[in-house]
Amino acid sequence: MAKEIEICTCLVMDETIRLTLLELCDLGKTNAEWILELVDEGVLEPEGSAVDEWLFDTNALKRLQMVQRLQNDLRVNLPGTALALDLLEEIEALKAQIIRQ
Amino acid sequence: MQYKDYYKIMDVPKNATQDEIKRAHRKLARKYHPDVSKEVNAEQKFKEVGEAYEVLKDPQKRAAYDRIGGEWQHGQSFTPPPDWGAGFEFSSKTFTGGDSSGFSEFFESLFGKTRPSAFHRTDNRKFFTQSNDQYSKLLIDLEESYKGVTRSISLQVPEINKDGAIVHKLHTLRVKIPKGVISGQRIRLAAQGGGGERGRHGDLFLEITLRQHRLFKVDGRDVFLELPTTPWEAALGTTLKVPTLGGQVELKIPAGSQSGNKLRLKGRGLPSKEPGNQYVVIKVLIPRAENEEQKVFYENMAELFPVNLRSEIEGYKDG
Repeated sequence: MAKEIEICTCLVMDETIRLTLLELCDLGKTNAEWILELVDEGVLEPEGSAVDEWLFDTNALKRLQMVQRLQNDLRVNLPGTALALDLLEEIEALKAQIIRQ
Repeated sequence: MQYKDYYKIMDVPKNATQDEIKRAHRKLARKYHPDVSKEVNAEQKFKEVGEAYEVLKDPQKRAAYDRIGGEWQHGQSFTPPPDWGAGFEFSSKTFTGGDSSGFSEFFESLFGKTRPSAFHRTDNRKFFTQSNDQYSKLLIDLEESYKGVTRSISLQVPEINKDGAIVHKLHTLRVKIPKGVISGQRIRLAAQGGGGERGRHGDLFLEITLRQHRLFKVDGRDVFLELPTTPWEAALGTTLKVPTLGGQVELKIPAGSQSGNKLRLKGRGLPSKEPGNQYVVIKVLIPRAENEEQKVFYENMAELFPVNLRSEIEGYKDG
């Protein structure tokens, strides 16, 4: 049986949202240790210098989840995942450039 | 229920070695990974390949599958033979690899439903919680993004029943999508993903893709419209009616406009705290000289406009 539910809590992850390290852990269902690893690898680039001042944009969550999936599904290691993410984003940027021309 | 030809899905011959199957799986998994592939049905293909590999990588399951016989065609209506499974040992306990939730009815009729707890791969240890987040893509029209829209979304949500087995329930949500969403942006619906082992639901993430529009191109929140004009409209300037997402506006074309010039309609792009702009790109089109009178007119123009537009090109000498 299909059930119909009216959604009230729907959040657009736009560029105005900033997440603290704890919030990112919660949304990404992961731990801070692993996020520190991703920052070290340059996969995530938070604003702010000290760890407790770090703020992430919502693209960080998207990247983090892509890393989880790519590592699980394709057994890519972290540097490989970082490379894949950068290349995927470059493709997106190039596509957008084609539109602008 | 439809028969699935796992060899066809994996694009390997029936006598493929385990190594060949492994290689085919790695290649196809990369090709159809939903994060990498932009094909619309990538996720479905990815799951199909995963299901095929789950069977073919395991010699026992593969042997059992082969025993059904090769006369079946992919997609053909299928019922398992009554003596199915006799002489083979595979219970859900033999699962060590993938999360089989989302496998087909065909798979489940042969190998049973599986428990989700067998999900611990070495490279997964760092995640202390098993994520039940779900991801889905949502295609919407540009006009829907401009105005906001309410959409019904049906998802197969895996849930764990009282016996601990995974069942798929059709979950229909009415999602109110706020205005101004753009391609690549995601909407998070808290706790609308799959059911967790300890009752905690995952989140549902909907990734927006804007459908290509007949007139407008979109980059971020900016909207681009190509506006064909005649040479005299561009040269002398005029006021033209142009469509925007919010309705027609009058746009002043300055005298001396050239093809490729961009005119900005501030704030006429997709809405947001800082709304995008609409850019009107001038495209001057030259009418053909169809009759004598028109040809004479063009000839007169040549005399009236003694310009050389090619001085730069002509200035170039070989070497």
